This record gives sequence, C-alpha cells and structure tokens, in this order.
Amino acid sequence: MSRNDTSDLIFRRVLAVFPISILILVAGILFQLVYSSLPSLSKFGVGFLFHNTWDPVNENFGALPFIFGTLVTSLVALLLAVPVGVGAAIYLAEYAPPPVSRVISILVDLLAAIPSVIYGLWGIFVLVPCMRDTIQPFLGKYFGFLPFFQGPNYGVGVLAASIMLAIIIIPFIISVSREVILAVPTVYKESAYALGATRWEALSNIVLSYGKVGILGAVILALGRAIGEVMAVTMIIGNNVKISASLFSPGYTLASVIANEFAEADTNLYLSALIEIGLVLLLVSIIVNILARLLIWSVTGGNSTEGMK
Amino acid sequence: MKDMIQSAFDRTRLQREIWNKAMVSILFLCAISVLLILFNILWHLLIQGISSLNLDFFTHLPKAVGENGGGMANAIVGTFILLILAVCVGVPIGLGTGVYLSEYAHHRFAQTVRFITDVMNGIPSIVFGIFAYTVCVMPMKTFSALSGGFALGLMMIPMITRTSEQFVKMVPNQLREAGLALGVPQWRVIVDIILPSAIGGIMTGIMVALARVAGETAPLMFTAFGNDHFSRSLIQPIAAMPLQVYQYAISPFDDWHRQAWAGAVVLIAMVFFINIWAQYFVASRKRWSAGK
Repeated sequence: MSRNDTSDLIFRRVLAVFPISILILVAGILFQLVYSSLPSLSKFGVGFLFHNTWDPVNENFGALPFIFGTLVTSLVALLLAVPVGVGAAIYLAEYAPPPVSRVISILVDLLAAIPSVIYGLWGIFVLVPCMRDTIQPFLGKYFGFLPFFQGPNYGVGVLAASIMLAIIIIPFIISVSREVILAVPTVYKESAYALGATRWEALSNIVLSYGKVGILGAVILALGRAIGEVMAVTMIIGNNVKISASLFSPGYTLASVIANEFAEADTNLYLSALIEIGLVLLLVSIIVNILARLLIWSVTGGNSTEGMK
Repeated sequence: MKDMIQSAFDRTRLQREIWNKAMVSILFLCAISVLLILFNILWHLLIQGISSLNLDFFTHLPKAVGENGGGMANAIVGTFILLILAVCVGVPIGLGTGVYLSEYAHHRFAQTVRFITDVMNGIPSIVFGIFAYTVCVMPMKTFSALSGGFALGLMMIPMITRTSEQFVKMVPNQLREAGLALGVPQWRVIVDIILPSAIGGIMTGIMVALARVAGETAPLMFTAFGNDHFSRSLIQPIAAMPLQVYQYAISPFDDWHRQAWAGAVVLIAMVFFINIWAQYFVASRKRWSAGK
C-alpha cells in the first residue's frame, strides 16, 4: 500500500511539470515583452500611448493612431456583429427545429475555422470592390452629412476592416451566446408559458434577462478577438498612420503595424517600440479575457465555452 | 416585472402574436444572413480556387516575378514541417496538463491553471510571434523553421489542454474504480486504462488544434519568414502556405492572385475536412459515453 502511495506521489509530481510549465510560459511571455520594450518604455514613458507621431526615420514613436484605429474598428465591428450574432444565437437555441439548428451550428463552426488570411483574401477581391462600388457610394449619398461618411472613397479603409472584423467575430458571438441561452433553466421558460406568455415574451423577459451577463461575456470575448486580429485587417485597412473621423479613410491598427513593420525594423528603438505595441495588445487581451471568463463562468458554471463540445 | 405583466394585459392577444411573429422573422433573418456570408466566401473560394488549381501547384517551386506558372511545393512541405515541430512543443505540454487537470481536478492549483490556460487561449497570435522572435530568432540571429514551429506549438497548448481534459474526463468512472479495486496504483490506472480509452478523443483534439494553427500567418511573419526554395535545415527561413497566400494576395500580379486563391482553397479544404471529421467523431464518442 505504501509503495503505491509513493509511486502515485512521484507520478503526480512528474505530471505537475506540465501545468507548471504553462504558468512559466505565460509569465515568460509577459517578461520577455516588457524586457524587450524597455528602450522604448524608458524613452517615451506613458506618453507613448498618447503621442500622435510615428516617425521611424527620426525615431519618434507614439502609438495613438494605432490605438485609435484598433478602438474604432473593434467598436464598429461590435455594433454590426452583436445584434446579428445574438439574434442568430437566439434563433438557433430557441426556435430552429433541432436538425436545422444542428446543421447551422456546424456551418457556423466552419465559419469560425476559416483562417484569417483567407478572410483577408476574400476581403481584397470581393469585399473591397463591393465597398468601393456599392456600399460606400450609397452611404456617402444618403448619410454624407455625417462626418463618418465623408471623404474620398478608396474601398480599402476603416469601414471595410470593421465589416471584415464583424464577419470574423460573429461565429464566436453565436457559439458562446448560444451556450449561455441553452444554460437558462427550462423551468423558468415553462413558467412564463404557463402564465400565457408568447415565445418572444418568454425570451425577452426571461431568457435574455437571465442570460444577459453571459452574453455580455460573449461580446467582451469577441472584442478580444477583434483587437487581436491581424491578417484580415492588415490586408484591407489601407495601412495609413493618420487619425481621421471618416470611416472611409485608410487607417492602421496595433496588430497590423506590428505585422507590417516588424521584419523591417532596423534600429533597436524602432523594434522595441513595435514590441511595446505588442505588450499593449497582450495586456489588453489579458484584461478583456479575464473579464469575459468571469462573466461567462458566473452563468454557465465553469464549463468551457470554446473548443469542441 | 410588474410593468411587464401590466403591458401584457394592455395589449390584445392578437397584437402580442403579431409582435411575436415579427421578432421571430427578424431572428431568422439574422441566422440566414450569417449563412449567406459563409456561402459567399465558399463560393468565391471554389470558383476562383479550383480553376487555378493544377498539378504544377503541388509539384513546382514558385516562379520568379513576371513568369507565369509555378506552384507552392515548398510551402506545402514547409507547412508540414512547421506543424510537426509545433506538435513536438504543443502536444506534451497540452496533453500532460489536460490529464493533470482531469485527474487531480479538485486541487486549487488546477483551477488556477485552467484559468491561465483560458487566458493564454485569448492571447493574440502575433504576440506569440513576437515572443518566439525574442527567444529564438534574436539569439540565433536568423529566421528559422524552429522558431516558427515553436510559435505555432505555443498556440496549440491551450487548445490541446482543453480537449484532452474533456476527453479524459469522459472515460466512465467504473473503469477507474475497477482498476483501483484490483489494487492497481492510480498512476497505472491513468497510463494503462484511462489514456488508451481516451486516445481517440485526444487525437481528434490534436487534429483540430493542428487545423487551427495550420492557417496562422501572423506568428510566422517574423519567425519562419518564408522562403522561395525548399529549406535544407531547421535553422533556415522556411516557406509556409498561409504566408505564401498572404504575399501573393497583396502582390500586384494576376498570376500570383490566382496562386493565392489556389493556396487558399487547399488550405481551407484541409481545415474543413479535419473539423467535420472531428465533429462527427465527438458526436459518436458522446453516444458511446452516454450508452455506458
């Protein structure tokens, strides 16, 4: 018996090496990014985040245009994707006949599995021409009085990137909110029906109010994905370091400036400024994820919401 | 709550039914529009991709700028090499952690690890690229297959951890108890009984993680870097399909655009095949575990 105990203990200790190595890896990523961006951190300090120049020639760096671009594209993407995604999730969880719901869920999972470089390819050759010839002229004509829809129309730009991001995050919103909605106890819905509520009344008053915290979690999780998305955005946002109110104008995001300039960065300070941008991305994504997980965990009781079900 | 009941009384049953039907139609439209987007993407991929696909694509190296033809043989091989390297990094750590989390789940430490793994899953892919750059590329002073495989392997860890934990947990408890009742130590139960029963699911999880990282471009841009030829060693830059698709897509040449579509269609065929197969597998495994 005691021999068993010893061998079990050894096995557990050995197996514990793997989880500990994950903790070390995450800490290592954080440490490396902070360490490698020290030159930039010490030169520009906090001002890096609020400084509106990006001048590799004179080595003067500020991340504000990229932070602005990331915020605008992510928020516009959320505005477009949340109503559609949550609506589709409700339909799948509550209304669609089970076989239909199953098939659509598989298709939505496929949409989530498309590599982002392929979204980008589709963006360049399908979405951008469509933006240039149809959507942006339409918006300019009827909503041109708003500052967001003014200016030259290139096709590529902040609006195209936002729509692309919306398409990319919709599958995540659907699959997470679907699970949150399915986690609502059936008893509550049945009680509402017993009181004579229609399906929509039961849904809006019972299911959505029960699940709203979890759906908020899904939205924040999607925000995290949008902020970290690289390829598809880089390929169609136009890559221009300028802050502009117009959604038609080309912009730049945190992730895409790293993708575009990292391999070309020739000086130490330039490289460390780019790594500091990576650090900003990392910290934002950690905060966003912790927040989202806490919200979703509070609803679904600790069951994971990503990966295979 | 009171307001809601009051407003329900204020309206007639008919009004409420019409409102109900209208909202359901809107929800239906939401679901349909998502499907339309998916079909639009697939349609363009198939039309443009299949027509650009030929045998040369799989067997030839890329041609120089301006010359037509050529293929992505080096990128296809490169992607496979990168994926093998990624498996070497991602599978031991992911599988080990998954088994640990499942079998010693009650420990507080396990909760912490689970949380950190979830956070790691949300780290943007490009950050893994930067990390691999600082720990592999900078000390070795060269872009390399090793650093690219390392970056992809890191991305696989949280996915494999999650799926292995789930599948190991799905093994019926009777099997564990039967082993323990025979006086077998717990670790032998895990190694000889639980892992063999869960191996199919674990493999599926690994395949899905592979499909996910096979299409990753961002972490490879400054680690694997890309290469116009076959690379002869693991410490040289190496080509990869997503990188090649990206470079061709943003190029100004029509022939390269065609190559990009062809690459995209091969990439997506692989990703979809693995995903559909995995869904089928998970469904059958769930029935198996419920039937016990």
